[in-house]
Amino acid sequence: MRAWYPYPLFSIALFLMWLLLNQSMAPGAIVVGVFLSTLLAWVMVKLQPTQSRLRRLGLMAGFALAVAADIIRSNVAVAGIILRARRRPANTGFMTVDVDLENENALALLACILTATPGTAWLEYDRRQKSLLLHVLDIDNEDLWRRTVKRYEAGLKEILQ
Amino acid sequence: MNHLTDLPAWAAIIVCGLLLVGAAMTLVGSLGLLRLPSFYDRLHAPTIATSGGTILICLASMLCFAVLQSRWIFHELLIIFFVIVTTPVTLMLLGQAALYRDRVEDRRDVPRKPKPVAQPDAE
Repeated sequence: MRAWYPYPLFSIALFLMWLLLNQSMAPGAIVVGVFLSTLLAWVMVKLQPTQSRLRRLGLMAGFALAVAADIIRSNVAVAGIILRARRRPANTGFMTVDVDLENENALALLACILTATPGTAWLEYDRRQKSLLLHVLDIDNEDLWRRTVKRYEAGLKEILQ
Repeated sequence: MNHLTDLPAWAAIIVCGLLLVGAAMTLVGSLGLLRLPSFYDRLHAPTIATSGGTILICLASMLCFAVLQSRWIFHELLIIFFVIVTTPVTLMLLGQAALYRDRVEDRRDVPRKPKPVAQPDAE
C-alpha cells in the first residue's frame, strides 16, 4: 500500500479535488480520479517534499477556528484603518519575531495564515537566526501581534511534526 | 435563462448580504492601494480582497446555486483554498523585492539584514 500511495493524504486530497471539479460521483469520474491521484503522487516522489505527519485532528479544528476568528477580526480592523487613512494616518512599522519552526510545511502554513490575515505581511524569515521579519499595519499593538504569532507557532508545532 | 427569480426570499436576502459585504471588502482593499502612503503599507490592502472578499463572494455563490439546484455545491471551496494558498507567494516576492531594493539604496527606515551568527564549528 505504501509503495502504491507514498503520500496517502495528498492522494486523497487530489481525488476529492477531482470529484469536486467534476461535480459528480459517476463511476467514470471516480476511475479517472483514482488514476490521476495515484499517478500524481508518484510524480511528487521525485520532488521529495518534506513529509510531516498530521497529529491530533481535534486540535486542528480548534486551531482553524481560532485562525478564522483572527482573520475576520483583522479584516474589520484593517478596513477601518484604510477608511480612516485620510484623517488619521496608520501607524505602520516593521517588527521581528523569533519563530522556532524547523518544519518546512509548518513554515509554509504559517506564511499562508499570516498573509491571509490582513494587517500582517510576511517579509523575510532567517533560518539561522530563526527570526521572522513582519510588516504590520498597526504597530501600536506590537505585543498583540507578537503573542498571536507565538500562539500560531505553538499550535503548528503541536499539529505538525 | 432568468431562473434567478426562482430563488426563495430568505436565500436571496442572505446571498445579497454576502455579495454586498464581499464586494465592499474588495472595494476597501482597492481603496487601500490608493490611500496608504508607503509600498509596505500597500502590501496589506489586497489581502483584504483575497481573504474577506473572495471568501464571502464564494459563499454567496455556493449558497445561491445550492438552493437553485437543490443539491450541495462545494467546488467554490477550491477557489478559496487556492487563492489563500497562492497569495503568499506573490506577496512575499513583492515584499522581498522591495526590501532588497531599499537595502541596496540604504534607506534608513528599513531594518538591516541580520548579521549571520558566527559559527565556529562550521568548517
